Amino acid sequence: MFIIKYKKIFIAISISLVVISIVILSTVGLTFGIDFRGGALTEVYYENVRPEILQIQENIDGLSLGVALVQPTGENGFIIKTRSLSDLERQAVLKSLSQRDSIAVEKSFSSIGPSVGNELTRKAVTALILVVLVIICFIAYAFRKVGEQVSSWKYGLIAVGALLHDVILASGVFSILGYFFGAEVDSLFVVAILTVLGLSVSDTIVVFDRIRENLALNKDKKISFSDTVGQSLGQVYTRSINTSLTVIVVLLALFFLGPESTRYFAFMMTAGMFFGTYSSIFLASPLLVVWENYSSRKKAKLLVK
Amino acid sequence: MWKKRISALIVLVVGFGIGYFVYISEVGIVPETGAKSTITEKYGFKLGLDLSGGSHLIYRADVSALSGGDIKESMTSLRDVIERRVNIFGVSEPVVQVESGGFANAGEERLIVDLPGVTNIDKAIAMIGQTPLLEFRTESPGTVEDIQNAALDENGNISVNIADRYENTELTGRYLKRADLQFDPNTQMPIIGLQFDDEGAKLFEKITGENIGKTVAIFLDGAPLSTPVVQEAISGGQAVITGRFTPVEARTLVGRLNSGALPVPIELISTQTIGATLGADAINAGIYAGLVGVIAIALFFILWYRLPGIIAVLSLSVYVITMLALFKIIPVTLTAPGIAGFIISIGVAVDANVLIFERLKEEMKKGLSISEAIKSGFSHAWDSIRDSSTSTILTAIILFWFGTSLIKGFALTLGLGVLISLISAIVVSKVFLFSLGIKDSKLTRFLFSSGISK
Repeated sequence: MFIIKYKKIFIAISISLVVISIVILSTVGLTFGIDFRGGALTEVYYENVRPEILQIQENIDGLSLGVALVQPTGENGFIIKTRSLSDLERQAVLKSLSQRDSIAVEKSFSSIGPSVGNELTRKAVTALILVVLVIICFIAYAFRKVGEQVSSWKYGLIAVGALLHDVILASGVFSILGYFFGAEVDSLFVVAILTVLGLSVSDTIVVFDRIRENLALNKDKKISFSDTVGQSLGQVYTRSINTSLTVIVVLLALFFLGPESTRYFAFMMTAGMFFGTYSSIFLASPLLVVWENYSSRKKAKLLVK
Repeated sequence: MWKKRISALIVLVVGFGIGYFVYISEVGIVPETGAKSTITEKYGFKLGLDLSGGSHLIYRADVSALSGGDIKESMTSLRDVIERRVNIFGVSEPVVQVESGGFANAGEERLIVDLPGVTNIDKAIAMIGQTPLLEFRTESPGTVEDIQNAALDENGNISVNIADRYENTELTGRYLKRADLQFDPNTQMPIIGLQFDDEGAKLFEKITGENIGKTVAIFLDGAPLSTPVVQEAISGGQAVITGRFTPVEARTLVGRLNSGALPVPIELISTQTIGATLGADAINAGIYAGLVGVIAIALFFILWYRLPGIIAVLSLSVYVITMLALFKIIPVTLTAPGIAGFIISIGVAVDANVLIFERLKEEMKKGLSISEAIKSGFSHAWDSIRDSSTSTILTAIILFWFGTSLIKGFALTLGLGVLISLISAIVVSKVFLFSLGIKDSKLTRFLFSSGISK
């Protein structure tokens, strides 16, 4: 199996991608949306002529709401980002957006108080930790009977390592998306991350499941661990690619044709699914072999001594 | 063999039955009137605020002055008060719920108000935040004639909009000193006694004096409570409201009037408004994306997996229809992320089929006959299917717990989808595959192969 043969190359590719992502994340970073920071987002459109953006910016600044950002959206709309607004302030904003001959119509308005934002952050972090914990426990449980060559917690750790890889790469992609298109981290971003975790681990589990089965079958034959892994990969990679492909196809449909509000979400998930499939075939299993080779070499050394 | 064919037929018929239900509960109308039929009314898709358009308000309740036991009680009565006010506002299917303080929301007591269809929230916010508004109104000029001229409609009802017939006076609940619950000595019906303060008493005397022989209407939060006829000018500032109250209603009302305000002060901390057009666009885009996704998957399946692929598309259709029916029956409130979750679950749903078919192919390569390979394929694939679905379902459960209403929608449709897809792959695909009764031949072996192999 070429994947096992060239395992070091694939592991190196993954590591360098992760390093690049981390560099991007620490320089460009992620922009957090009002879901997390608190703040207000007012979207308006004009039936006839959209006023000059400078004029609007001036009007809004005149309200002294602190830093206010006016962005054009679509052909005849604006998005105004401010700190969270009371009802009176919101009406003042709406009023200042309208000119004599072009009246602003409110398309959507969200104002999120800081405490609600903090709450979301807390919940997101808790959910992330919980998902990872549950996944480790679940894998340890599902693989409790395969401790003969590789102990089951190694499977769990490697699966989680592959997950981290997926999440870091997907976040890196999102960071680039934020840099060029202004995508912001909102609650759907968290949902995408958690769902990618769930789907990607199920991919890894299918691969490991096959390794578990072949280990049992090959027990009495003289087949090395790495050959068994290679054999298993050969059996499952069509399936892995096909199922990810179907999910990616629907996600692309969602990205290109779906609602505006889930667009970045669909993109993020597509990236996550892609890396998830990649990692379960090209990263998790090679890592398993490398780790096993390392341990058995150590064991052999001990025996020689 | 016939047994298997009959069970396949039953699955098909049930599938069509569910499909018919989904169809009829979307488009069903009463032929005579053209109105929505009962089934459409009852089982139509429930749309979340982001799709139907509307407002989502979060209030923080200040319960710092209350002790533990009272908090729950005042939050409940706060909810009731606000629910009543929202109802008076004429919103269809408003949702008012209390979110109790706990780990997740920094210990704040919150009230969440969902107002579907309300995109102009100024009025709603004003109404929710108000103290109960008690008003005394006098007849507008011309009212009597209007009422006399009001025509009977075909059902024999006179339709008169009472609120339009009266105009405001200066006298409101602001001049109220005290309200109490009394019982009418003659009828034993509960009535509400009002005692005005000095200024209110003067106003009341003036109003009653000017309107002898006419009605004076008592309005609460913009809705008429009673419209007594004035017999004489009333001094001393005492009045009674005789409505058709139950004792409980009357007691609640007295409580509200006396407290003069909400049981606890509230502060608006978060507002979200989604315009109706934005919502409609989102629905259309969601349906469109879903359709294209399903068709793409179906094509891929038929081209790649051939005969089993067609079976998988059949079982996928049963899956989609069952999910839609469940959305209606449970009912699941659909949001944009919820639709996304459902569309993703379609992609995941085929996972089980792929696992089975890939396995089937391997077993055939080992030299098994097709029917043996089908059996062995199903039983071997089950372990992987179970394990891989479990992790997605566990994630969905955590998301559901974590979620705001939008995320809950996603978690619910995804989790439910993976669960139902298990059943559809194991039961439906299996029943169909077995019912074909395939015998080995060159042609059938070709039909059961996949990909670019022969």
